[in-house]
Amino acid sequence: MTIRVQQEDFDLGAELLVLREGNPRIGAIASFLGLVRDINEGDAVAGMSLEHYPGMTEKALERIVEQAKTRWNIFDALVIHRVGDLKPTDQIVLVAVTGEHRGEAFAACEFIMDYLKTEAPFWKREQTPSGARWVDARESDEQAVERWR
Amino acid sequence: MLTLMYFARLREALGVSTEQLDLPPEVQDVSGLLLLLRSRGGAWEAELAEKRAFRVAVNQDMADSATVIRDGDEIAIFPPVTGG
Repeated sequence: MTIRVQQEDFDLGAELLVLREGNPRIGAIASFLGLVRDINEGDAVAGMSLEHYPGMTEKALERIVEQAKTRWNIFDALVIHRVGDLKPTDQIVLVAVTGEHRGEAFAACEFIMDYLKTEAPFWKREQTPSGARWVDARESDEQAVERWR
Repeated sequence: MLTLMYFARLREALGVSTEQLDLPPEVQDVSGLLLLLRSRGGAWEAELAEKRAFRVAVNQDMADSATVIRDGDEIAIFPPVTGG
């Protein structure tokens, strides 16, 4: 398991190569790449800054990946989440899961992402034409995670 | 001694990011601590009101109102998370 919280950007291809390296049993990699959009709730977004709770963030993500590993037969998982200042089109989060077949890899990837959205202590503050604002949690994210309970 | 931490919108609204607090004898769990913090009035009372949406973590694990608090604990209070 690899969990990284970082300011720097990352190279998707290079990360997936490292994740699959040396394991010829891997038949599937499912990945989710989240990007910063230039619009939210109808307002233009010029950029955003991401705050987190160092220590708890890593611990929460590790626990989420552990749960996914108990639930599905997967080999490994990688989670990278960026913090600090980001602008539209920037990569913000990567979740990648390796498994023998696609079904379990897809499910585990979605599970990790759904829990990350509701339990990992990150907060977005976005810049809009009317000033900076903290992003509100979405009800749809709560519903997404309920599916797994 | 407790270490209290506040994040994101709550940190701004309360005007403090971290503080040390001697554990008062009447505080045994999260609900007791919240009562104490609300008694500070103003933004504390408003932001930590029961109807407001916020989360509490004790020693970096998500907690609920019944989670026990002990001397030396690190307690964080923050808005619902919005990462990803």
